Amino acid sequence: MSAAAIEVPGPADVLEARNLRVTFSSRRSAAPARAVDDVNLALGRAEIIALIGESGCGKSTLARALVGLVKPQGGQVISQGAPLKYSKAALRQHRRSVQLVLQDPAGALNPRHTVYDLVAEGPRLHGLTGNLYERVCTALTQAGLRPPEQFLARYPHQLSGGQQQRVVIAGALALEPSVLVADEPVSSLDASARGEVLRLLIDLRDTLGLSALVVSHDLGLAWNIADRVAVMYLGRIVELGTVEEVLLRPQHPYTRALLSILPGRRSAQTLTLLQGEAPDPAAIPGGCRFHPRCPLYAEKADDPRAQWCRERDPQVLPALSDSHLVACHFAASGAPDNPTAPPASAVGA
Amino acid sequence: MAALRNDDAALTAGTDPVPAVRRRRRIGWGYFGRRALMSLESFLVTLVIGFIVFSLVPSDPAQSLARAQSVTPEQMADLRAQLGLDQSIVVRFFHFLRNVLTGNFGYSWEYRQSVGSLIGSAIGPTLLLMGTATLISVALGLWLGVRAGWKPGSKFDRFWTGTAVTLWSVPTFWLGMMLLVVFSIGVGPIPSLFPAGGMSDPTVDGHGIAHILDVAHHLVLPCLTLVAVTFAQNLMIMRSSLVDELGNAYLTTARAKGLRDAEVRQRHAVPNAMLPAITVIFLQVGGLVGGAIVTETVFSWPGLGLLVYNGIKIPDLPLLEGTFVIFSGSVIVFNLIADLLYRVLDPRVQG
Repeated sequence: MSAAAIEVPGPADVLEARNLRVTFSSRRSAAPARAVDDVNLALGRAEIIALIGESGCGKSTLARALVGLVKPQGGQVISQGAPLKYSKAALRQHRRSVQLVLQDPAGALNPRHTVYDLVAEGPRLHGLTGNLYERVCTALTQAGLRPPEQFLARYPHQLSGGQQQRVVIAGALALEPSVLVADEPVSSLDASARGEVLRLLIDLRDTLGLSALVVSHDLGLAWNIADRVAVMYLGRIVELGTVEEVLLRPQHPYTRALLSILPGRRSAQTLTLLQGEAPDPAAIPGGCRFHPRCPLYAEKADDPRAQWCRERDPQVLPALSDSHLVACHFAASGAPDNPTAPPASAVGA
Repeated sequence: MAALRNDDAALTAGTDPVPAVRRRRRIGWGYFGRRALMSLESFLVTLVIGFIVFSLVPSDPAQSLARAQSVTPEQMADLRAQLGLDQSIVVRFFHFLRNVLTGNFGYSWEYRQSVGSLIGSAIGPTLLLMGTATLISVALGLWLGVRAGWKPGSKFDRFWTGTAVTLWSVPTFWLGMMLLVVFSIGVGPIPSLFPAGGMSDPTVDGHGIAHILDVAHHLVLPCLTLVAVTFAQNLMIMRSSLVDELGNAYLTTARAKGLRDAEVRQRHAVPNAMLPAITVIFLQVGGLVGGAIVTETVFSWPGLGLLVYNGIKIPDLPLLEGTFVIFSGSVIVFNLIADLLYRVLDPRVQG
C-alpha cells in the first residue's frame, strides 16, 4: 500500500460483505442466534466507515467475520475483488491485507513481548523478514511513536493506553494492510488519547490510503472520523449513508432514537427512549425486526403501513456506496401504495 | 507447505538484527540479596518451630531405646545423660543451633551411625524416586492441562480433569496398598508383576545393566503411586491458568495476524499460562526430598522418608533434626529459585 493507491480510480471496494450471515448455535436453546443476519456492506479505498449499534447487535461479529476469524454460515466476504476462501493459505493471505485492532490495547498485546517483538510478529509470520528492523521502525513511526528506537525494548505495561493502542496499530501496519477493522478502538482510552488515536486513523487514511471499518457504539466518534455511517440493529444494517446524511438527516426511527439521546440535542428535539432491551438475536421478531420497540410504529399504529411493520421484513439494504439507504416501511417513499416497490429505498439520493 | 515451513523457520531462527532489544531481563543483585535474606529469616523461624515441635513429642526416647529390657533407674538416668536429655531445653536448643551451623548432627540414637552418613545413603534413593515421579507427574500434568484447558468443557477435558481429581483425593497409602495387592501379590488372573518393596533384589548382581533394570523394576509401583496422586495439581493449575489466558484479546490479535490455532497456543497462550504453573511446580520440587514418607514406608523404599518414619517411632531426635533441616532447607531454597525465575520470565514484576 502506498500513496499511489489513492489515485486508483473507480469504486474498487477493498472489502465487502455480501449477504453475510453468521449464526451461533447454543446448546440450550434450539434456535441459533442470528448475530449477523444478511448484511451487505462495501468498504471503498481510503474510506472510513463507522459501524454503529447497541451492544449485542452483531457489529463485533460482523467485524470478526470480515477479518476471517468467524466463518459465516451464508454469504461471502469479498476481499480484493474475490470471495474469501477459508483454506489456511487463503486466510493467511487475507489477514495480511485486513488487520484487526481491538478494544482493549492492554489485553491485545502479549504482556511478555517487547514492542519490537509485538510489531515484528506479523511480518515474521508472513515471511517479511528481509529488513525487519526498518519495517518495524517504519510501522511505529507511521503509528505516531517517534522516535521508534525509544520504544523497541519496552514492554506493554511500560506504555500509556494511547501508546499501547498505537503499538497495536503499528503491529497491523507492519503488514502493509489495505484495511483496518477496528472494534471499539478507543472506548477503553481516556479522552485525550481517544482524540489522538482517531486522528491517527484519519492520517493513515490520508497518507497511506488505508481504509477502516470502525465499530463503535459512539455516534460522536462516527461524526469525527467517518466518511460513511452504517447503523446496525439486531444483526442487520438498517441505515447507511454519508456521515452528514445519517447523522444530520436520519431517516430510520432507530437512528433517530440513538441521536435523540445525545447530550447536545436534548433541548432541540424530543427525547426518544427505546422501550425495553434489544431483543434476543435467537428470537428475532417477525416483520420489521425493530417494530416491537419502534416509536414510529407505536405512534402510527392505525396507519395501513403499520401492518407491513408486523408482517413484512424490510428488504435487505444493498451495498451501494453513493446513496442514503434506509430499511423502514415508513421512511420508504410511496411504499404503502405500491406493494411491489422495494421497502428499502434510496432517500434523496 | 514449503512456504509455510520457511515462515516457521524464519520465526524461530531469530534472524533479528537487534537481539539487544529483545530480552533485557535481569534479576538485580539488590533484589537477590533482599530475597535471600528473607529466605534465611524464614529458615531460622522454621528451625525454632521445628525444635519446639520435636521437644514436645510426648514419648520418651530413653524409654523407647531401652525397649522392654529391665533397666534400673540408675541406668535410665545414665542413658538420659548420654543422650543429653537431662539438660534444659535452652541448652539443647543452642546445641541444636550449633549442629545446624556445623552441619554435624551427631549420632543417630536408633541406628548408632552418624546422622550425616545415614542421610547421605538415603538421599540418593529418595532423589531417584521423587525425581522420576515428579518429572513424569509434571510432564503428564502440564501436557494434559494444556490439552484440557485449550478446549474447556470438551470430552478430553472432562475425562482427564475428573480422573485427576479422583486420584488426587485418594489417600496415598491406600492407593499404594491397592497397587501392591494387585500388581505385586497378584489378584485373580493378574500374576505378580512387580516386587513388593525395597529398591533392589539382593540375589541380583549389584552392578551394571542388570542392577539398573532391577532398580527400575522396583521403582515402578512407588513411582506410579506418586504420579497418580500428584499429577492432578499440575493438570489443574495448568488448565486453569490457560483458561484464564483464553479470554485475552492478544490471542485474537495473534489469530488475526494469521497464526494458526496451534501456533497461537504454543507461542502465546502456553508460555504466559506457564508462569503461575512454575511457582507451583518449584514448590513441589522443593518438597520432593521429604514428600514421600508415606509412599516410601508402604514400599519400604530405603530413602529419607523411611528414615524419618523409623526415626519418629523412637523419637530419634538427632536424626529427625538432621532430616528436618534438609527438608525445610530444600523447600525454602526452591521457593527462592521459583521467585527469581518468575522475575526473569515475567517482565511485569521487574519493578
